[in-house]
Amino acid sequence: MSALTDRMGQRFAGTRAVFRREFRSYFASPMGYIFIVIFLVASGFLTLSRDFGRFLELRQADLDPFFTYIPWLFVILVPAVAMRLWAEERKTGSVELLLTLPVTLEGAYLGKFLAGWCFLGFSLVLTWPVVFQVARLGDPDWGVIFSGYLACLLVAAAFLAVGMLFSALTRNQVVAFILGVSASVVFLILGLPQSLEAIGRLAGGYFEEVAASLSLVDHFETLTRGLLELKSLLFFILFTVSWLAGGMLTLRETKAD
Amino acid sequence: MERAKETRDVLVEVCDLAKYYGPIRAVDGISFEVRRGDVLGFLGPNGAGKTTAMKMITGFLEPDRGAVRVAGFDVASQGLESRRRIGYLPENAPAYGEMTVGGFLEFIAEVRSLPDSERSVRSAVEKTGLEDVVHQTIETLSKGYKRRVGLAQALIHDPEVLILDEPTDGLDPNQKAVVHELIARLAADKAIILSTHILDEVEAICTRTMIISEGQILEDSTPAELMRRAPRHNVIRLRLAAHLALDSVAGLRQRLSEQPWCVGVDAPAEAVLEIRPRDGGNYLQQTLDLVRGTELDGIELLEGRLNDLFRELTKGVAA
Repeated sequence: MSALTDRMGQRFAGTRAVFRREFRSYFASPMGYIFIVIFLVASGFLTLSRDFGRFLELRQADLDPFFTYIPWLFVILVPAVAMRLWAEERKTGSVELLLTLPVTLEGAYLGKFLAGWCFLGFSLVLTWPVVFQVARLGDPDWGVIFSGYLACLLVAAAFLAVGMLFSALTRNQVVAFILGVSASVVFLILGLPQSLEAIGRLAGGYFEEVAASLSLVDHFETLTRGLLELKSLLFFILFTVSWLAGGMLTLRETKAD
Repeated sequence: MERAKETRDVLVEVCDLAKYYGPIRAVDGISFEVRRGDVLGFLGPNGAGKTTAMKMITGFLEPDRGAVRVAGFDVASQGLESRRRIGYLPENAPAYGEMTVGGFLEFIAEVRSLPDSERSVRSAVEKTGLEDVVHQTIETLSKGYKRRVGLAQALIHDPEVLILDEPTDGLDPNQKAVVHELIARLAADKAIILSTHILDEVEAICTRTMIISEGQILEDSTPAELMRRAPRHNVIRLRLAAHLALDSVAGLRQRLSEQPWCVGVDAPAEAVLEIRPRDGGNYLQQTLDLVRGTELDGIELLEGRLNDLFRELTKGVAA
């Protein structure tokens, strides 16, 4: 067990230091604050708007109007967080400095991912007034609220892992952002009835089922309904880990370009 | 203990190192050793392979062939151990611009798990003269200061091996002198590899010089030895009195060129003769004997310039 811990420690050397540096860097420039403001204003608008969440009109003690639009917000905002993580390092050349310190590529990659994820988690924590309002309206099911926030964190992790791979692929942050949004949108719309119908028509029922199982929205909605299904949790974990592993392989190839 | 004994002197071993980019041979099978106390200067035109070689020694680039050992640790299979022993200043001294100098050095100390990070940061700041800007963000610093921040992070853990890619690029003459002094002071118990375009720098601080071109080592010697092989080494320049008659100048030239140790006598300017010695030997005394009685304004023994040898060796390669 100790040998395994040592090997993992070696494999992910430098994670903690990179995490701390990256997390602080979100608050060292206006970018982090701008992100938080945009996220809070947009999520608030979508939750309260009469055209979208209708939170005030429904007057129900649940957070459905809030959770429903989170993946659609994150599909734009999370790639914006991810785009700089490696593209900027490669553009300024600091990737050479970082990866010649006693840090493994995996450790640096994981450190950056965790920092981005914690930053997104911090942004979600700042939505506490919605929870406060729900508690005032009635007696909410706290289990559903917990699993809803867990779903938000998992979808943030998934999009962040996708965005990071494209940030590792190109030195241009704008290109990384566009590719990150595009790939994330594909996984988001894959589960929409119209998409599934089109896939079924073009490629057959088997591919329709595959597409449905790869849909982030389906698994997200399962969790926001309060159903902590292992299948959905595993989906997010495997999805995120796969994209992280792909990103590490990509960076190994592109770091010196 | 055994490992320390085996590698006591040799701190960097490079064996048949090669890196190819398609048909381009960036580094083409170079081998050398750097011992404790060596200050090895990589010299070469742009694109010669100096930076690529340095990137492979630090483990940033994986070689297509060959191996590197740093302080006895294989860079490919024991990367963390070897990187702990290297202080590296990459080209252009990249850093995190949004961080303060102090914050950046604290980050480096944390990554390197230094036991007394505060003391290490303070010492690196003092060595590189960064006291005045320690609370300033790196992006607001001048190029010279940024380079010094890069040097500070490379020195912070007092490494056995220092690899510096153009360490004085962008520094003013005073700052350059400070860096030269710093390198000279550090050299005794470290192996230092640096790349530079500045030949005076090689003469000033390197104990060994390697001229690299098209990925291959053309010369590996001390700067003094290289200077001895420079085309104009030990050339004797005679400044003749302006009123000397042309026929006496011609006679002197004839006498000099007949000497067995003389390869040729040039007249680069009016009343100036330059005597090229055979095999770069010092024939000042013989020359003085020959010109006795001739009115001279001056006589000079040229040391030769590394620049000339460098140009001769790398002729035809784009600089």
